[in-house]
Amino acid sequence: MTNKDQYKVAQEPFYQAQGGEVALYEAAYRARLPVMVKGPTGCGKSRFVEYMAWKLDKPLITVACNEDMTASDLVGRYLLDANGTRWLDGPLTVAARIGAICYLDEIVEARQDTTVVIHPLTDHRRTLPLDKKGELLAAHPDFQLVISYNPGYQSLMKDLKQSTKQRFTAFDFDYPTADVEADILSKETGMDKAISAKLVKIGAVARNLKGHGLDEGISTRLLVYAATLINGGVAPRAACRMALVRPITDDADIRDTLDHAIDATFAQ
Amino acid sequence: METLNIPPELERYWKDLDCGFKPVEPVFAECMREAMAVLSPQGVEEYISNARFLGKMGRGAEPILVFLEVAPNTAKILGEEAMHAIMACVKVLWKSPNGKAITPFLQSMHAVAERLRTAEQMQHYLDLVLDFTERTTGSVHGIHKTFPSPGLPDFFNQVPRLLSLLTIQGLRNWVEYGVRYYNNHPERQIDYFTLQSADSRAVLQRERQGTLLVDNERKLDMYMRGLWRDPEQLIPYSLAYDELRKPQPYFDKLGIRLPDAYDDFVPAVTVRSARDQRPAAVSVSGLNRYRACLAHIAAHRRWSKAVIADNFSPFQRIAIELLEDSRVEYLAMREYPGLRPIFMALHPEPEEDACDTEHESSIRHRLAMLSRAILDAQHSYQHPYIVEYANRFHELMRSGDASTAEMADMGVSFIAKTRLKSDQSAKIHFKNTEVDYRDDNRHLWQFIEQGDEEETFADQNNAQVEEAIEGLPPRLYPEWDYSNSTYRPDWVSVYERIHPHGNPADIDALLNKHAALAKRLKKLLDLLKPQDKVRIRYQEEGSELDLDVALRSLIDYKSGSSSPDPRINMSHRNDGRSIAVMLLVDLSESLNQKAAGCDQTILQLSQEALSILSWAIEKLGDPFAIAGFHSNTRHDVRYLHIKGYSEHWGDEVKSRLAAMEAGYSTRMGAAMRHAAHYLERQTADKKLLLVLTDGEPADVDSHDERMLIEDARMAVKELDQQGIFSYCINLDPKADEYVADIFGKQYTIIDNVAQLPEKLPQLFISLTK
Ligand SMILES: Nc1ncnc2c1ncn2[C@@H]1O[C@H](COP(=O)(O)OP(=O)(O)O)[C@@H](O)[C@H]1O
Ligand SMILES: [Mg+2]
Repeated sequence: MTNKDQYKVAQEPFYQAQGGEVALYEAAYRARLPVMVKGPTGCGKSRFVEYMAWKLDKPLITVACNEDMTASDLVGRYLLDANGTRWLDGPLTVAARIGAICYLDEIVEARQDTTVVIHPLTDHRRTLPLDKKGELLAAHPDFQLVISYNPGYQSLMKDLKQSTKQRFTAFDFDYPTADVEADILSKETGMDKAISAKLVKIGAVARNLKGHGLDEGISTRLLVYAATLINGGVAPRAACRMALVRPITDDADIRDTLDHAIDATFAQ
Repeated sequence: METLNIPPELERYWKDLDCGFKPVEPVFAECMREAMAVLSPQGVEEYISNARFLGKMGRGAEPILVFLEVAPNTAKILGEEAMHAIMACVKVLWKSPNGKAITPFLQSMHAVAERLRTAEQMQHYLDLVLDFTERTTGSVHGIHKTFPSPGLPDFFNQVPRLLSLLTIQGLRNWVEYGVRYYNNHPERQIDYFTLQSADSRAVLQRERQGTLLVDNERKLDMYMRGLWRDPEQLIPYSLAYDELRKPQPYFDKLGIRLPDAYDDFVPAVTVRSARDQRPAAVSVSGLNRYRACLAHIAAHRRWSKAVIADNFSPFQRIAIELLEDSRVEYLAMREYPGLRPIFMALHPEPEEDACDTEHESSIRHRLAMLSRAILDAQHSYQHPYIVEYANRFHELMRSGDASTAEMADMGVSFIAKTRLKSDQSAKIHFKNTEVDYRDDNRHLWQFIEQGDEEETFADQNNAQVEEAIEGLPPRLYPEWDYSNSTYRPDWVSVYERIHPHGNPADIDALLNKHAALAKRLKKLLDLLKPQDKVRIRYQEEGSELDLDVALRSLIDYKSGSSSPDPRINMSHRNDGRSIAVMLLVDLSESLNQKAAGCDQTILQLSQEALSILSWAIEKLGDPFAIAGFHSNTRHDVRYLHIKGYSEHWGDEVKSRLAAMEAGYSTRMGAAMRHAAHYLERQTADKKLLLVLTDGEPADVDSHDERMLIEDARMAVKELDQQGIFSYCINLDPKADEYVADIFGKQYTIIDNVAQLPEKLPQLFISLTK
């Protein structure tokens, strides 16, 4: 039997609640309802799930989804070994067996035929058929399925099927308000509040440009990076260029505008 | 030779100059003083000998006059050595068939030097000129060196403007294009070098230095969107040509207007004392100049609230605008501190003692200093009020955003505290007071609709109107130069004054004299009036019972309806006519002539006609204003305020009419443009400008007869575009020759001037019926 504890979140992660999301999540968990967390990249979705796992004191198994992922990567497969073959549970199966929260991060990245395997786990059946193994696994009573997805880069090819969406309760996340976000930066990195506020301001500039040359604004994650660099002794302007601007765009006009926003915000 | 006006110490030079042209003598002493102040003794000798050469060249007095005036300052900029090269160039022109180009060449010399700054750059320019001359002279059909270069004189006329837009390299490219493509087409060559042909302008645009709006629209759109969340249409206006007013950024419903190009801003080199600890001024890229301008505008759009203009005098308004500019910039810098060095670099820093407060109006100077002091914590101003108000400003801002209204209070108080006698002076100190990234603040003012206020309110207004107008700074207007098809920007200065007062009883006497006419008119007016009544029904209280409604209500009541309509009255409103009128009266010298066939002067007849007309319009209730105008060169066009829209036809106005006098000339276009800016603010559906004149537009400094006629014609067109209908009542029997050129079909000629008092009101009535 797998050791549950290795999947437990050992230390309380820092999570800045923005509304009633913690209580709501707890309610969903009590009913073991599947949860979907929507929101742009780097806005705290993963951190939230991690925090909830810690708070509920449940193991957490996270799967970062990608295009090459197959159903077997989730459910499990036979491996060859010296004695012939051996079944290895996939992360989803492990979670269902031990009663963990299974977090499928960026689920839309996976192909649609992959995602249908989660369906039986998300309704009253709470089962996972392991066809190859000939087993119908009944999920542990503590098991819960959580997925995250970023509606920002929605495209016809990369959207969740309606039949999938309809199985989840959902949280709509967005970048926090300026004050909260500055707070997050300061608490996360120990950065001076005034500088955090400036970083947030630059983030806002990029977010205003979303849809006008930028697909995604600057994420809270990138702001945390910038703060970390500054803490490490990098000059603020250079840190911002490196952590906030260069990663998100190659468009010269946008780069110029964001660079100017940095200069305008961090006056010399 | 007569040497009466030559001071003894200059006599030697005067002899050396050996110049017989009459116009040279009166200016010689002045020029010499300048020359001796800026040139070395050797330089002065050369100055004289060069001038002497120009005087003997056989091209009249112009070349020597121009040279005497501009050479000292040119040499001061470029160094005396540079004059040799310039004179060498003159000699080449002189020996070629291009003698005509010498005066324009010399005329542009100082402006060119100011742009190019160095002898080396000047040499590039002279090389360019010589190359141009060589290649375009006499090349028509291969006949050599006998025809002058067609484009050269025009080129010199344009070159100051060209160099304000182009680098010397850009100029060379522009010239090259024209010479290459139009060397065999004299007319087209002229079109090209007068900037009239499309390709000439296109090449100019291509060669422009600086940052073009068109090239940066996307970036600036991102700037507004990203940093200010205020995406807005950006519309360029041209600094190069075709502008009506001196352009300044602004915004309105259609978008934000910005110059089509900005040069990089390079701070002037100033010598500072070693103790001056302040950081040196920085350069600002053209792109950042756009951003500064947009930041200022975005800040207004975010934080400014319009205030009622009518409550403030013009001086107060300037102060309020300035403080509000400072406030929104303060807030913008709080948001983006990096704006500060940009604003600091672009904001002028007037020297404290630059303005002669005895003789010049220092209003702009004081305010610019205050604005600087607010922006620049390390300012050096000592003026106690500047320091005090800058402190007060910061104190106020420390407690929050403050408001436009608070700035208005502070502006009014600043004006009151710092008032000087010289504020009223027409000579306003402008130098270093313009903050060119700021918009024109048109959004800041809300004008109360004028016309139907209570009597008492209007009376109150009278006093304000006077205070407002006394000592207004001159307004600069462009003038249309038909020969070049361009506007001469800021060409005409219009001074507005309240018309002097006379005895109002004189006007009452005139009205009495025409009592019979008034009676006849009254009948006509009454015919006009009833049609204007609009019935307003469904009134609980009104002037008459509305039978239809009353019956309906009664039936409802009888049949037991719980709520019969109580609105059974009706009333009337006079609003069928919505016409605002401006009477613009020519007050030029010629009005003093006796009118043909009677012994009154045209002025007296005009006065009578105006009195009756004013009486009639007042009866009709149309908003109307009266102003007179005359001019004494483009530098001095006087616009005399007789009646404003907010004033009623009463003793005050009558007394001004009574004092009407005639003198000077008729620069009609400028007066019309100025009158239009009042008429434009009226909210009426129709706007009528009636021009009463006895002759054609003319002025002493305009030698080309057509010039002012064409300008007036252009003014009519401009007004038409502003929705103002211009109409001329002309008392000159010979007006047929020009009046149609100006006003098209919109005129009447009154041959028998004696009938004017009768004709004018009738004409007005039939025009507005
Ligand atoms: N509400 C929050 N509380 C604490 N940290 C946050 C919060 N939101 C974002 N962050 C920071 O942003 C980073 C990225 O968040 P993450 O949860 O990985 O984003 P997502 O999963 O939405 O892409 C986190 O590592 C954390 O530093
Ligand atoms: Mg402004």
